[in-house]
Amino acid sequence: MVEVNEKIAIEHGLKSDEYKKICDLLKRTPNITELGVFSAMWNEHCSYKSSRRHLKKLHTKGEQVIQGPGENAGVVDIEDDDAIVFKIESHNHPSFIEPYQGAATGVGGIMRDVFTMGARPIANLNSIHFGSPDHEKTRNLLRGVVKGIGGYGNCIGVPTIAGQTCFDESYNGNILVNAMTLGLVNKNKIFYSKAAGINKPVIYVGSKTGRDGIHGASMASAIFDDKIEEKKPTVQVGDPFTEKLLLEACLELMAGKSIISIQDMGAAGLTSSSIEMASKGDLGIEIDLTKVPCREENMTPYEIMLSESQERMLIVLEEGKENEAKKIFDKWNLDFAVIGKTTNSKNIELYFKNKKVAEIPIDFLAENAPMYDRKWIKAKLPKENNFSKEQFKSLKLGDCLKKILIDPNIADKEWIWDQYDHTVMGDTIQKPGGNAGVVRVHGTNKAVAASVDSSATYCHAHPLTGGKQVVCESWRNMISVGAKPIAITNCLNFGNPEKERNMGEFVECVEGITEASKYLNYPVVSGNVSFYNETKDKGIKPTPSIGGIGLLSDYKKMMTMELKNEGNYLIVIGKTEGHLDQSIFARNILSEFNGPPPEVNLFNEKQNGMSVLNLKNKKLIEACHDVSLGGILIAISKMGIKSDKGVKLFPLEGLVNKFEYFFGEDQGRYIIEVKPENLENVENMLKNDSIHFDKLGLVEGNNITLENDLKLSIDDIKEGYKNWLKEYMVN
Amino acid sequence: MKSSVIIFPGSNCDRDMDVALKKFGFENQMVWHNDAKIPKCDLIVLPGGFSYGDYLRCGSIAGKSRIIKSVIDFANSGGLVLGICNGFQILTETGLLPGILQQNKYLNFICKNVFVKIKNKENKYFKKIDKDVLELHIAHNEGNYFCSNDELKSIEDNGQIAVTYCDHKGNEDEKNNPNGALKNIAGIFNKDKNILGMMPHPERMIDPFLSGEDGSLFFNNLIESL
Repeated sequence: MVEVNEKIAIEHGLKSDEYKKICDLLKRTPNITELGVFSAMWNEHCSYKSSRRHLKKLHTKGEQVIQGPGENAGVVDIEDDDAIVFKIESHNHPSFIEPYQGAATGVGGIMRDVFTMGARPIANLNSIHFGSPDHEKTRNLLRGVVKGIGGYGNCIGVPTIAGQTCFDESYNGNILVNAMTLGLVNKNKIFYSKAAGINKPVIYVGSKTGRDGIHGASMASAIFDDKIEEKKPTVQVGDPFTEKLLLEACLELMAGKSIISIQDMGAAGLTSSSIEMASKGDLGIEIDLTKVPCREENMTPYEIMLSESQERMLIVLEEGKENEAKKIFDKWNLDFAVIGKTTNSKNIELYFKNKKVAEIPIDFLAENAPMYDRKWIKAKLPKENNFSKEQFKSLKLGDCLKKILIDPNIADKEWIWDQYDHTVMGDTIQKPGGNAGVVRVHGTNKAVAASVDSSATYCHAHPLTGGKQVVCESWRNMISVGAKPIAITNCLNFGNPEKERNMGEFVECVEGITEASKYLNYPVVSGNVSFYNETKDKGIKPTPSIGGIGLLSDYKKMMTMELKNEGNYLIVIGKTEGHLDQSIFARNILSEFNGPPPEVNLFNEKQNGMSVLNLKNKKLIEACHDVSLGGILIAISKMGIKSDKGVKLFPLEGLVNKFEYFFGEDQGRYIIEVKPENLENVENMLKNDSIHFDKLGLVEGNNITLENDLKLSIDDIKEGYKNWLKEYMVN
Repeated sequence: MKSSVIIFPGSNCDRDMDVALKKFGFENQMVWHNDAKIPKCDLIVLPGGFSYGDYLRCGSIAGKSRIIKSVIDFANSGGLVLGICNGFQILTETGLLPGILQQNKYLNFICKNVFVKIKNKENKYFKKIDKDVLELHIAHNEGNYFCSNDELKSIEDNGQIAVTYCDHKGNEDEKNNPNGALKNIAGIFNKDKNILGMMPHPERMIDPFLSGEDGSLFFNNLIESL
């Protein structure tokens, strides 16, 4: 057996003072299995040691919240007896090393988090970020990730209903793959991970344990260097077929009353699942590792405890229910083994071939895990740019529009979502490519909307504003389909927390998220943190991804962004100041990368959103789209392209710079389509609510026109917009 | 009218099919793959999904499963057997339908609406549908139909081609062939036209809030012709 010393501890990703703390706590040197367990529990990914003190500040409460952060996933009430279980999680590091398996197991892992709680998954989403399209690795990474996400989700038979894809050179060495799942559960039948009672059988179900993914969580807590290829063996291998069986078997077992607690084996596998269950129940746990079903020979206790083989669950059962449970897993051809029991020792005790191979007080691993108050610096708001008239002089509106529509961050992503089954389960009523994906709550009149958003550019320019903005954008996506925003899950992707600037970005983004979610009553109920997205000293832009969900109490009143009828008016709700700093226009057309992001005014945000919902409830809106990246003209073009209808824009009043007006990225805005007979009514209602709005134009013909300044056919702009990604992928 | 939907481990369109059949008046029952017998019924459906993980080859393991013998007996006695997507793949694996389904030509999974042309209405599946072109939905990775020249001649001579990919006007050109299928074939019959296998999913097109409603025409006709 390997003798443990500081050097070996450091190889396990522990710092030397952390190793010293372990020896002090145990009052002895740990053996190699114990060291493995400590390193798995104390790494950043499992212990949240750099983030915990800041995450406590998040706004997590609300009358709609049934379960906030701290469980396998968050749970919110959607009226009647229904609840939605949902969460987003990162699988960044493995996806960069092995894109197909990394992305696939990311999807598998998040689905397990959801069905562990008793919910049937009803929708998947994802947020994926890649390096510059010109970077040599981008194309293959994108192809692999998309195939991996599709390969897993399609096989399970859960629709992938929405997502987001971004390109930025800061992800050249660290792509982001964030996967989100929503599940539906009866709110009286939710399962939790907290164990209760002593001498209860501890059951292992699912796939057998292999040597894959050993130290995956530690890998996810480290920065990359030139040797990342060597880390391939730490990437887990997914088997969606087994997961599908596990899903059905677990839901079948959950229909009865034999489960006390259940936890999936995700990051740090058997180690973290057993410790979390015991820790939450304030119990001890005893496991005989000889009984763990293994798929490889001669696996050591160390390997069994640290394997991240997929599609496995740990269950604490009521005594005497073992046979009943086993029958179900036999039916689905899955392994089932009683591997231990709960105890009152408050220790984790591991046995192997009749010998005790580890004993650690649970407290040392959970509550006593290190927590750091990392140093951080506050970001200054960058100075505004003063664009001169000269810079716009030679520009033509139409040229700018065409150029921006083929910007990788704007262009259509159909190539991606055509590869995801988005219609299985027969309840997808809004597909990818809209404001948000929408699925019906099966057999009811209700529907749930969901989207994922991130705004790394804004967060990079000013983290506090960026944090607020991304929550607001998520909220707007819900409103735009006519859903009442309910709650969010966040995946916080950042660089190295040991660097003050990166830590500051994290702290201030969290602050921004908190402020906005509190104001909008849009609480955070689940999420995860992914630090160390850094390669050779170069970190990613701060990228919090926000997954939002909303409720439509009558799905027939859902709104879409397709323009409906010739002659209808288009109105933009919310004030347009023409903020170009940090916009796509500034970067793509003016080559200006500095400046502050658009200001977020939470009061206006809420008022504007509520007024849209109000108009929608009175059936006064024909189509709706929020104005985000690219500004008004991009929003209008996307609406036109989606419906093959043109728009005649009204001349701008006064001395407005048309580039600022049409491409500015001011926040809190929506474009709505209104029938002529409803126009007066809508205007009066907006005036009464003191909501700023502009009449923008009419749905008309097949061109997008503005006096003498702009005339482009929808077919013309559609071609570039639709084909950019397809052409990029075949080249 | 009674129908049975067979559930294999890995089937994932079984519930969708159950919902659709019941919506149009079938009395449907779900049958587990490990059962030896299928309850008495007028129609057996092999639903879409990834039976047995589609390991080895799509549909191959399901094609050898315990229940398949009963399906074959039922089909040989003239009973209606419908295979959608993975169900179509299983039917070719059992030999009840000729040909094979290869990986899509462009090697990607495809999920989208397509148009298909009904090529033969002299059967219970399409008899009273008054449209010639239907808008349906596909979601598959292996839908690229292929068979030998002799087989092709025989299925053409016997009117066994059921539906072909086309545009909204019924033009069956290469541009509207999503997966590279031979002759744009999206679905075929056996000689007696009591067995139909097709890649498109009519069960996903049964109300106006979904991808479309032409699936309703299919199920309505089916219950009326039985």
